[in-house]
Amino acid sequence: MLGQAVGTGIAKKNAMKARVTVTLKSGILDPQGKAIEGALRSLGLAGVSSVRQGKVFDIEIEGGDRAKAEALLKQAADKLLANTVIENYCVDVLG
Amino acid sequence: MKAAVLVFPGINRERDMARTLRLVSGREPSMVWHADKELPDGTDLVVIPGGFSYGDYLRCGAIAARSPIMDAVRAHATKGGLVLGVCNGFQILCEAGLLPGVLMRNENLRFICRDVYLRVERSDTPFTRGYNAGQVVRVPVAHGEGNYIADGETIAKLEGEGHVLFRYSSPDGMIDPNWNHNGAINAIAGIVNEQGNVLGMMPHPENHVEAAIGPTDGRGLFAGLVEALDRAA
Repeated sequence: MLGQAVGTGIAKKNAMKARVTVTLKSGILDPQGKAIEGALRSLGLAGVSSVRQGKVFDIEIEGGDRAKAEALLKQAADKLLANTVIENYCVDVLG
Repeated sequence: MKAAVLVFPGINRERDMARTLRLVSGREPSMVWHADKELPDGTDLVVIPGGFSYGDYLRCGAIAARSPIMDAVRAHATKGGLVLGVCNGFQILCEAGLLPGVLMRNENLRFICRDVYLRVERSDTPFTRGYNAGQVVRVPVAHGEGNYIADGETIAKLEGEGHVLFRYSSPDGMIDPNWNHNGAINAIAGIVNEQGNVLGMMPHPENHVEAAIGPTDGRGLFAGLVEALDRAA
């Protein structure tokens, strides 16, 4: 979020783009997802059987080392982006 | 009692907490800024008050839990020092790993701001010695994310080892889904850690301590802490 504001405009040389997706573990109640599910139904959109809400972080990483970037993002997810008691995450370095 | 009240950006109950600590203990607490790295010398009680640290960004309490001062709080807790987290303070303690589990969005999706009844589960802790086991107290809650959950193993351990200190109940102490306002598992409103020196609770005992503004049921918690700490000193 902050990265987006600061990094607006020119992307740095050698910057890699990555995405961390955080989702609720199965079995964890998701009242927000349930509310969205209900709203979709009330819009008349038939066929939606379940909605789970998650978070997406678009992150720019300095340098060009893919493995290093992945390790860094895993650390970021474990330490802050996800609460692993209730959430799973997945790291994609997009290059 | 030498209390330290932590202050994070977005916290808004720190002055209620300080007022209560002053009123009940007769001693002014220190206010400690989140970017500080140390607690004042001789601190025997750390209080993390309620509010909306960092605007509840990311997850409630997540960013505050990674503040510089939290390393000092962790060290204080490891040495057996008392820590009380109320509302956002409870969320911060969970995010910091000082208490197990997590506070999820209330089951009914609403922000709940009202008085609730709590059943005190045990009286043999520094936090609850001012009450009797089974006593019902009336205190306010004000939260959108107070729905306590943890994995089955953690809940079994909390229950088995008596780490649940407060549950939402009816006025006569019955545990009933109708009185479990936020949907917390086993109606859990407050828990202590394994060592019994770190308490997190969603309700605000600090707001029910003066007869001029209503019930005074919250006073027992602070009076008990003063007694426990004076005895230890």
